[in-house]
Amino acid sequence: MKNLNSAGNGNRKLFFALRIFCTVALGVSLLCLLAVVAYVLINGVTKISGDLLFGDYSVSPSILPAIIGTLQLVGISILIAVPIGVASAIFLVEYTNNKGRLMRVIQVATETLAGIPSIVYGLFGYLIFVVAFGWGYSMLGGGITLAIMILPTIVRSTQESLVAVQGGLREGAYALGASKVRTIFKIVLPSAAGGIVTAIILAIGRVVSESAVLILTIGMVVKDIPASLMSPGTSLALDIYYFASHGYPDEAAATAVVLLVFVICLNLLAGALGKIIKKSTGETK
Amino acid sequence: MYKFINAREKVMKGVFLFSAIFSILALVVITVFLFASGVPFIAKTGVFKFLFGTTWAPTIDNPLYGILPMIVATLYVTAFSVVLGVGIGLFTAIALYKFCPKKFVAPVRQMINLLAGIPSVIFGLFGMTIIVPFVGNYLSPTGVGYGIFSASLVLAVMILPTIVSVSLDALNAVPNSYYEGALALGATKEQATFKIMLPAAKSGIFAGVVLAIGRTIGETMAVIMVIGGSPEMPNGLFKSVRTLTSNIAMGALELKGDALSALIATGVVLFVFTLILNVSFALLKKEKKEKTKRSAKNEKS
Repeated sequence: MKNLNSAGNGNRKLFFALRIFCTVALGVSLLCLLAVVAYVLINGVTKISGDLLFGDYSVSPSILPAIIGTLQLVGISILIAVPIGVASAIFLVEYTNNKGRLMRVIQVATETLAGIPSIVYGLFGYLIFVVAFGWGYSMLGGGITLAIMILPTIVRSTQESLVAVQGGLREGAYALGASKVRTIFKIVLPSAAGGIVTAIILAIGRVVSESAVLILTIGMVVKDIPASLMSPGTSLALDIYYFASHGYPDEAAATAVVLLVFVICLNLLAGALGKIIKKSTGETK
Repeated sequence: MYKFINAREKVMKGVFLFSAIFSILALVVITVFLFASGVPFIAKTGVFKFLFGTTWAPTIDNPLYGILPMIVATLYVTAFSVVLGVGIGLFTAIALYKFCPKKFVAPVRQMINLLAGIPSVIFGLFGMTIIVPFVGNYLSPTGVGYGIFSASLVLAVMILPTIVSVSLDALNAVPNSYYEGALALGATKEQATFKIMLPAAKSGIFAGVVLAIGRTIGETMAVIMVIGGSPEMPNGLFKSVRTLTSNIAMGALELKGDALSALIATGVVLFVFTLILNVSFALLKKEKKEKTKRSAKNEKS
């Protein structure tokens, strides 16, 4: 701070140069990121074909098994992670007062879970589902592993939307004679529903994007549509890796377009929903 | 009726409590499973031989399991990509914060948030088909595009959106009166931004950097597609090497028995790495909190 007073002209020039550097950095960042998106789209769009999307793999490479596999994984992981995650957030927000030791331990555990690399989740899924349970590579094992992986995200964002619910609403419900559980289900959860749904959409995005976990848990079997949840399979992200590393560059490019469009749509949906919620809650205030 | 409601309250509270404990349970089970399968292997090989052995050859007759090459490669890739990513990302955030037309900020920010959701395998594909051939043809003295250099570039681009949005949030959290005060004292806009706002946002930016380090250490798919994959000691930026994560992913589908345990042991090392990172960050945060608490108390008295 003492430099401010003694700031000479040279000093000012230095800071102006820094400002120019900032603008350059902004340009570089945008250019890099847009280059990735543009490359994937331009390179891949022309290579999408009906055969690739819905064809029979025994005839030509197809991503139909991957599409079905991805949907199964999303279904399994969301069905498991959302109830546990939301209930866990309810306990943390509604039943504890931020200071308890249990609360702290749970918070630390959630943060640690969030920091574990996905390949380590993959190893864990492999050890427990493939080896210890003897399921072999299975969609169910992969889905459960993914559920544990997205749990911290869901807990954290649900917690935020629950905290954002005004205290007055809860007190009003109690004053009318509602019990705690009834207040939670009839008042608090509906008010926080928008935020929770946004969190779920973002979690779906993570499940769809994930691939390292799945190599170790569902086995990257690209040819067959999984017969049941206990069969091995593949996902869109895994297919990109498979195609790219096994000499099918065109198929990899086309699959990348499908995945990218899907993920971007999910994110836009979450963003739009967030805006609608902000508006509607803004009006009630 | 009252009894019924009371019972329901208790049951639901139990359900919520159980769900909350599930995270702890999951963490304990993950740790136990990994360590139970990995640590005996490390002990059998010898901690020193495993961590500092320079040869990884799981398929020969007298297999050797040394993961030092992978540890070194992981450190290189993480350091380079974080320096590059933070360098560009932080300045981008500053540009968005003060030095660009207000109209741009919201759309650019939205776009960057959108780009944060791009799956890592797509960055890997981009790296494999564009960056690796480019580096191989024009930059690499050996003509090899795979290696630490390409991996760092790909990861730096991948972590950019995270760094930009975390740093921008940190900068936005600084009270604007600091900025106005600096201007009132005669500082230029640039001086106020770099000497007042940036230091004030330090801890938030640091949190973003730690997040980025965690992501690069743990990233698998984007790395595996551009790093080459030879388990050799890195002695150059343009040589096929292997990181800890790519070691696990590459071996997982092929190896059996002891070699597989070696991969799990690699996972344990990776897990411990990220744990150390998270714990030291949490401690740092706690220390800072106490410091500010103390200084607030001092001010009061």
